[in-house]
Amino acid sequence: MSTIELKQATKKYGDFVAARDVDLSVKKGEVVCLLGPSGCGKTTTLRMIAGLERITSGEVIVAGQRMNDLPPEKRDIAMVFQFYALYPALTVGENIAMPLHYEKISATEMKARVDKVAEILHLGAVLNRLPGQVSEGEKQRVAVARAIVRDPNCFLFDEPLSRLDVELRHSMRGQIKQVLANLSKATVIVTHDQLEALTMADRIAIMKDGIIEQVGTPHEVFAKPANVFVGSFIGTPQMNLVEAKLSKFEKGKASINFNGQDIEITTNELVGKLNSPKITIGIRPRAFTAEGNASTENIQAVAELIEPMGAETLVHARTKGGNDIRVVVPREKRVKVGEALHLRPDPAQTHVFGEDGKAVRL
Amino acid sequence: MGEATSIWEKLGFRKASGVSEAGWGQTLFAGIISLIYFLPVLLIIITSFKLQTEALSIPPKFMPTNLFGLIPDAYVFSPTLENYTSVFSRAMTSGGAAENTGFDRYFFNSIMIASVSVLLALVIGTLAAFGFSRYPLKGNDTYLFVILTTRMLPAIVVIIPVILMFRVTGLSGSYLGIIMLYTAFNLPFTIWMMKSFFDELSLDVEDAARLDGSSGLKVFFKICLPQVLAGLAATFVFGLILTWNEFLFALLLTGIDTRTVPVAMSQAVAGGGIGVLWGLLAAIETLFLIPVFFVTFFLQDHLLRGVTFGTVKR
Repeated sequence: MSTIELKQATKKYGDFVAARDVDLSVKKGEVVCLLGPSGCGKTTTLRMIAGLERITSGEVIVAGQRMNDLPPEKRDIAMVFQFYALYPALTVGENIAMPLHYEKISATEMKARVDKVAEILHLGAVLNRLPGQVSEGEKQRVAVARAIVRDPNCFLFDEPLSRLDVELRHSMRGQIKQVLANLSKATVIVTHDQLEALTMADRIAIMKDGIIEQVGTPHEVFAKPANVFVGSFIGTPQMNLVEAKLSKFEKGKASINFNGQDIEITTNELVGKLNSPKITIGIRPRAFTAEGNASTENIQAVAELIEPMGAETLVHARTKGGNDIRVVVPREKRVKVGEALHLRPDPAQTHVFGEDGKAVRL
Repeated sequence: MGEATSIWEKLGFRKASGVSEAGWGQTLFAGIISLIYFLPVLLIIITSFKLQTEALSIPPKFMPTNLFGLIPDAYVFSPTLENYTSVFSRAMTSGGAAENTGFDRYFFNSIMIASVSVLLALVIGTLAAFGFSRYPLKGNDTYLFVILTTRMLPAIVVIIPVILMFRVTGLSGSYLGIIMLYTAFNLPFTIWMMKSFFDELSLDVEDAARLDGSSGLKVFFKICLPQVLAGLAATFVFGLILTWNEFLFALLLTGIDTRTVPVAMSQAVAGGGIGVLWGLLAAIETLFLIPVFFVTFFLQDHLLRGVTFGTVKR
């Protein structure tokens, strides 16, 4: 049974729809990341689960109970806020103990539990300080400690790492993942950072304009994007998306007019059954092989800008038709500006999107 | 820690962190400006220790001592406490026996009326401000504007309707009447000030408290109120000063028993044909200054934080 379940959950502010028909279920022990650009409704969705926003229509079910009309304090949900939301007048220890005041437990037990989470999150030394006197990373850990000190139905994290610097973010990501693994609760994490989502989540829900575009494992959303948006949003460097025309489909091979150049790509049967010849081709920058000679199966392009990234080199190239494409080549392969490239896309990693933007897949 | 604390810090003056010490030139300049501001008060305090003849003498006698002969005798007066004793008890007619002037009562009235009405306005105003800040009504700003309009007119303009209302309801001369009036007068700016303090608070913290299991009432008392203590102190002091010094309404709406010090003062110094009793007036004023002075002094730490609240990063 899933612990969190949203059914057709919709939130409107007047005419503006912040979240539309959101369907999401999170199982016990599962971590789901809501990923999307800012303003896509991911935080609204999280707040709908928490009860901080009343949903306009649909259903919120947590631990088998319909929660639409329950105020947040009755839902037994723990949440970590983007700006930590620590109580400024209380010490770190008192902050962590705050949720326990509403459970009827003895002072000794309360102290024991605070000490236990403080130990897990290495906060023992700062328990008597005020939130204003601890570092950013410690504040973040206090916020997490306050959430895990009790035994709630589920955990919600709103952009938990966005305020930390890169190094700290890296180590906190690991720490949070470890803590969550030990608790085995349903968890929803909101983030705009795909690396965070890809590393922490069991499943990722990608949102745009209040709608969930795709839900899947990190591998699925990367390898099989459901539409153009997901394809472009996940993966760095960004996927190359080129508008093209399907001219012929024969024996599993599609002839595609790539803006002035015809190439043949092996694709699935469904491509042949498309109604409109207008398609978008999506190829990841790492899915190209540079070949020696021009052929009908590779794309001709000229290198325009070289960006060494350390282990690999990112090449910005321009096709005959004037499309800019990004290609990642191994470090050993030296590409010079102005050099002609014959780029063969890996058919298994070439995505065809129909006119409606949806991926054409078997 | 372990830094030497200066005498100023011991007195409660605190240096903001990250601010460098002012140079002696700047300190001197600030000192001179402060002295100019303080001069009238200083003169009043000095005058309160002079007899009538010395108070009126020209050139003014401004030193209580000749500093071992440094100051010419023309500028030196001999300090006396006579004015202070005659604030509370003196002969009302020439040659008569000393009688109680009633000023103990008037001081009690001033303290009671001002503190009760300011505290009442603070309680009601804070609750109202929280409502305006967190649960906005349709046309919230209009309501706030309407509340403020009551303070847009000079008091003298509304005095006649107020007197009529007091006549009809029989509130003239009663404690209840004047306390209600001052409470109503303090409410607009209490609401406006407290609303701005509540607006400054992070809503996330309240959301967090709610998720941690606090009901709306607990969020208000345990989370919001502790965060606006500085604002409460600032609002209290401003309200207290305004109410403490109010004269016009007190003159027209208090009775003999409920008279406040500003009114009593104006009547006491008329002196019965011998001109204004400056020494006595100064003594009353000095005594009158003490309560607000101490309240403000002890709340000053909060006060400074309160008025700069909006500029402090969360």
